[in-house]
Amino acid sequence: MTNPKGRFGIHGGQYIPETLMNAVIELEQAYEHYKADPDFNNELEALFNDYAGRPSLLYYAEKMTRDLGGAKIYLKREDLNHTGAHKINNVLGQALLAKKMGKTRLIAETGAGQHGVATATAAALMGMECVVFMGEEDTKRQALNVYRMKLLGADVVPVKTGTATLKDAVSEAMREWTSRISDTHYCLGSVMGPHPFPTIVRDFQAVISKEIKSQMLKKEGRLPDAVIACVGGGSNAIGSFYHFIGDEGVRLIGCEAAGRGIDTFETAATISTGKLGIFHGMKSYFCQDEFGQIAPVYSISAGLDYPGVGPEHAWLHDTGRAEYVAITDDEAVEAFEYLSRTEGIIPAIESSHAVAYAMKAAPEMDKDKIIVITISGRGDKDCAAIARYRGVEIYE
Amino acid sequence: MSNIHKAFENGKAFIPFITCGDPDIETTEAVVRAAVAGGADLIELGIPFSDPTAEGPVIQGANLRALQGGINTDKIFELVRKLRQDITIPLVFMTYANVVFSYGADSFISKCHDIGIDGLILPDIPYEEKEEFLPVCQKYGVDLISFVAPTSENRIEVIAKESEGFLYIVSSLGVTGTRSSITTDLASVTDIVRKNTKTPCAIGFGISTPEQARHMSELADGVIVGSAIIKLLEKYGKDAPGHVGKFVSEMKSAISN
Repeated sequence: MTNPKGRFGIHGGQYIPETLMNAVIELEQAYEHYKADPDFNNELEALFNDYAGRPSLLYYAEKMTRDLGGAKIYLKREDLNHTGAHKINNVLGQALLAKKMGKTRLIAETGAGQHGVATATAAALMGMECVVFMGEEDTKRQALNVYRMKLLGADVVPVKTGTATLKDAVSEAMREWTSRISDTHYCLGSVMGPHPFPTIVRDFQAVISKEIKSQMLKKEGRLPDAVIACVGGGSNAIGSFYHFIGDEGVRLIGCEAAGRGIDTFETAATISTGKLGIFHGMKSYFCQDEFGQIAPVYSISAGLDYPGVGPEHAWLHDTGRAEYVAITDDEAVEAFEYLSRTEGIIPAIESSHAVAYAMKAAPEMDKDKIIVITISGRGDKDCAAIARYRGVEIYE
Repeated sequence: MSNIHKAFENGKAFIPFITCGDPDIETTEAVVRAAVAGGADLIELGIPFSDPTAEGPVIQGANLRALQGGINTDKIFELVRKLRQDITIPLVFMTYANVVFSYGADSFISKCHDIGIDGLILPDIPYEEKEEFLPVCQKYGVDLISFVAPTSENRIEVIAKESEGFLYIVSSLGVTGTRSSITTDLASVTDIVRKNTKTPCAIGFGISTPEQARHMSELADGVIVGSAIIKLLEKYGKDAPGHVGKFVSEMKSAISN
């Protein structure tokens, strides 16, 4: 019988070096204390509302709905948050918690740079030191975000090991945490890693589905028929799903990055192509070879370019409560351009994976059905990369 | 119970770590033989992992070189089978949980037993998660080695009480790699360990010189050295065995006096 702590079905757990065990235990105890503390919650709500700009809009995409000719489409506009993505929800929660714990330094990993920017932002706001680990490959793909983090006062450490992408940034942040624990909080950016991170990050991101629910009831007087979000580690998706998990009539659909296709090696679609494993502190599904070596995954989206998935998603997949689909680079880029043209909203290339699936699903659904797509972030950061994808060289 | 206790019957134990397949399997075989001839009491054989999160740059590099050279778990089982024809000192595998899990815990650990592996060191399996592999290890008589770190504090007692084989004491915060000095108050750690178990303990992480080894051996029953050996492999490649043998014999004599 494996340790039941921090489990989602068989997934989750705390598969980390002994050096970090007391740190995660301390974090868990602090979180259990503060999550029930009214002052902490009031402070966090004030940060959400007055600093991050919550609640984010639930926007009826009328033109897109008409154009696709099926289900009614709403967009949950996390791209309108301060720093341009959902990442700020989790970061404000963790930074406030770290501060209460007496930590003075935040470290973080980042893929696309959105979580790094959000962490650097919270560190600046709260007067904390900040170091962000970012795969060297990603520092090139997302050079503007590197500059933003530095502008906000963070040190950015390019990670050269392995595939020099998100997974290597996570490994390096974990290594850094084992060498400096007493003053440092590891501000993990997704619903992954060892317990209690998948739970803490989910709870801070659950504000997304809480808002969708009340906004939808206000606008339509009923719950949506489907909620669609992109999944890398899975934080915006779990945030979008969480308050609907008990509502059986609401389909929950996570969109993974298929890269060049799930039948190729250049993919990051973990649930479609991975198998059960233990890595980065958790049991879950991972892209790996027959001997358990973690696969070098690929996606056009730096934020979805991760070989694993959060343990709660693995469990929602096992139970069938959520569905996971794979979206290719081509489909995501088309959706990126489509939403820009159709609604005047440039979505992040990550979120474009969710838009792409909605473009396939909506026309197949009746006009009285309602779907919500979470636009997890804004796409300004991706314009240069998408231009290159289309063969246009532009300079940022 | 495995044969690991035998490693601690010849004075203080010297325990070298060698990444299998770096730069190739033939060199690993020769390096192991050279280490045994040099006086190694127990050898940690590393099965490379693509993302070794507890390792510093030196051992990360060895993992990468070995995987690029085409090593895999089955080839390492064959290597051990061959070494066991004449090598009798205890041998343990050091790898990451996913290498064992993906092979199938029962298949992996039963094979360990068949080929004469005495123990398993998995840095990403802390006390809380040891049930993942412990029942299978016990079924086949392979010791699952536990860690104690400078941050373990109130955890040392229970970890020590349930330890088997030997107890791996991590000398400092951070990942593996050579360090110019080790500042952790290890004497207070080993004191708690001694009060709670008769399992021998060995100190590792950051030890590279005979002086450091001698100092650590005053506190513990053995000394583990990894990165300093891997650096010899990095430098000399296929010609490393002689250099490793000489280094092991210097370290063993440093802790024997």
